Amino acid sequence: MDNNRRSFLKIAGITALAGIGAPVAAHLSSTPALASAAPQEGHKAAAESGERGGVRFGMLIDMRKFYGHPDMLDKVIAACNKVHNIPHIVDKKTGEADRKNEIKWIWKTPYANAFPDQSAVHSSKTIAGNDFLVLCNHCQAPACVRVCPTKATFVLPENGIVAMDYHRCIGCRFCMMACPYGARSFNWEDPRPYISEYNPDFPTRMRGVVEKCTFCEERLALGQQPACVEAVQDSGAIVFGDLNNPESQICQVLARENTIQRSPAYGTQPSVFYIV
Amino acid sequence: MYNKGLIVPGLVVFVFIATFPFWYNGLSAGPVPKPELPPGGEKSCVAPAAVMRAEHMTMLNVWRDEVLRNGDRVAVVVDGKEYRKGLQTACMSCHTDQEKFCNTCHAYTAVKPYCWDCHLTPANIVAKKEKQ
Amino acid sequence: MIEKALKGSPLYWGWLALLLVLMALGAACYIRQFNFGMGLTGMGRDLAWGLYISQFTFLVGVAAGGLMLVLPFYIHNYKVFGRLTILGEFLAISAIAMCLMFVMADIGQPIRALNMILHPTPNSMLFWDMVVLVGYLTLNIICGWVILTAEKKEVKPPKWVYFFVYVSIPFAVSIHTVTAMLYCGLPSRHFWLSAITAPRFLASAFAAGPALILIFCVIMKKFAHFDAGKEAVNKLITIIMYAAIINAFFVCMEFFVGYYSNVPGHIHALEYLFFGLEHDGHVYNNLVPFMWLSVIMCFAGLAVFSYMKLVKVQTDTLVVLGCALTFLSLFLDKGLGFVLGGLVVSPLHEIVEYYPTLNEILVSVGIWATGFFLVTMLYKIAVTVEHEVEV
Repeated sequence: MDNNRRSFLKIAGITALAGIGAPVAAHLSSTPALASAAPQEGHKAAAESGERGGVRFGMLIDMRKFYGHPDMLDKVIAACNKVHNIPHIVDKKTGEADRKNEIKWIWKTPYANAFPDQSAVHSSKTIAGNDFLVLCNHCQAPACVRVCPTKATFVLPENGIVAMDYHRCIGCRFCMMACPYGARSFNWEDPRPYISEYNPDFPTRMRGVVEKCTFCEERLALGQQPACVEAVQDSGAIVFGDLNNPESQICQVLARENTIQRSPAYGTQPSVFYIV
Repeated sequence: MYNKGLIVPGLVVFVFIATFPFWYNGLSAGPVPKPELPPGGEKSCVAPAAVMRAEHMTMLNVWRDEVLRNGDRVAVVVDGKEYRKGLQTACMSCHTDQEKFCNTCHAYTAVKPYCWDCHLTPANIVAKKEKQ
Repeated sequence: MIEKALKGSPLYWGWLALLLVLMALGAACYIRQFNFGMGLTGMGRDLAWGLYISQFTFLVGVAAGGLMLVLPFYIHNYKVFGRLTILGEFLAISAIAMCLMFVMADIGQPIRALNMILHPTPNSMLFWDMVVLVGYLTLNIICGWVILTAEKKEVKPPKWVYFFVYVSIPFAVSIHTVTAMLYCGLPSRHFWLSAITAPRFLASAFAAGPALILIFCVIMKKFAHFDAGKEAVNKLITIIMYAAIINAFFVCMEFFVGYYSNVPGHIHALEYLFFGLEHDGHVYNNLVPFMWLSVIMCFAGLAVFSYMKLVKVQTDTLVVLGCALTFLSLFLDKGLGFVLGGLVVSPLHEIVEYYPTLNEILVSVGIWATGFFLVTMLYKIAVTVEHEVEV
């Protein structure tokens, strides 16, 4: 009798474990078997997978137009910072940017940091002597969205933008751990004292939430271009458009030019492409 | 009843403490706040005043989810006037004074919404401009 | 039964008072952090998890470690552990309470924590971690309390409670597995992106948890006349040895995979933890002494235990020495090195070292004190009940 009960309970315990494990296992196995790793395959696979048939916004940064013009990079970054009320947090002692607390949506960094998986040995003078623009990749398979415990970051179904809901974020910073591009910043303290002038059309953030580039979703809704694109409109250095529409300008440039993505091997299918 | 001598006075003390706020305020809820109407003289809103008074917080939450999560930024049109959904873009373009409009009732009902931790009031915007 | 925790010697009250002081200190520091923001910690944009999360991870292991007492007793009917299972359950309760406090200390908007339940997200491992942690906490409260109450009344525990006891066994494994999944499923964190993370977590948990329980046993033997029994202690030491050896083996495998494959991403963290990582002419090595200390203490602990086994001696001093070495070694390995090592190289291959702030350390001390406070009271209840039954 005692033995029977013991063995029954053992089975009950194992069943309970299976019950807990099953949804997790089901979710893990539902990922496409072969997430395309090759950059040139990336956008094709995205268009063909049919996961998001509608609009999928992407960006193409033609770095050739930035080489030798660091002022253009700064113009782009300043435009974004101004439009989104991004604080400029400086170290109180040195007066330089505060590496620990800073907030970055789009910023510049050397090639070796922007493309850590590419060889930076014997790189050309152009590559070594210029900084590169980096921002959120608005991935088709975003790791940050996968890990968020509250759906505070999510993919907008109608345009593929990886968006943030600051009202819901609990500040666990799991998305910052998951993002392979370092695109996310956390508000370690109240950002307002570090904003010199407000854009009245956009909120600031509060302390304790994560933020990042939103592809200027709020500007797109008003029929405007993203702020970074607009800042260097004359040069055409940044092209923005629908990756799923072969007629779009971005798709035509992609079809013509050799482009790369940042760390495509992570299977995130980034939507930002570079000509270097 | 056991321990009557302790329980009854104890209950009396408890009831007194629990109802203390009423006694303290002299059994009156104080003067009902009068939020200041838009200084620009606008007479209509997205909904009648009674509805707004009761439902504005729900409406703001619905707007928030529509705009942020569903990408539905279609403006609300009432009596031919367009309102871009949003606290900062719609409400505060008429109700420019947060102190005299929002805060009067919020202080009276002792609620502390965190709206203005992120959303800017016209006063916030002006304050930064003047520093420049 | 709670009244049992309210009677004790001056030493008992002194100890609780000391813990209360530390708890108050931690609470004061937490209030500072709550009012100012997480900027009071040493964490930053490139190194966004620190002391809080790493200790949370370690303590989940301590909670799961109680399994090494519960499983032999209930599944293998190993009667010798009969008096100890309650200690495993009560330690699990305290450790999970600490885990939950560490998580609350770590999130930027703690008042929104319930969003995890209001907007449940099954694709997030953090959601599942909350589910299993709360589940395991509940199970341990039910099992520990019901079984102890039955013991007090000198009757057999009700049959239904065994259902929860058996369910708690896979739950113990799941809490640490899901905690490992927080780390090992992130694409660009090479040090964590290892299928051996969860097994390694479990191995270290099964050494650290029982080691702590044995230390408590010796303390209670001295101050509360609670004797776990020689055979039980001996068997637990065997379990700790095996688990510690398996953990060391897993760590060695990480070294092999990293250095033999020569894949830089796999090597960076190990290099930083054990030898110092050079980058742009600067060597980053602030954890090197701690990691070697961990290695030395691991082997020293094993040596103490081996000596006890070979010479067949078992003194309280040796037990505490061996257990303390093992526990501290694993604390440094998992409660410090694992999380911080995995984060030192940012996704953009920038290197940032982490130094916790005093405020952050005091909050952590406060949480540890709260955990010890809980475990002291719970053990006091358990031991008092056992004494009453014996008399």
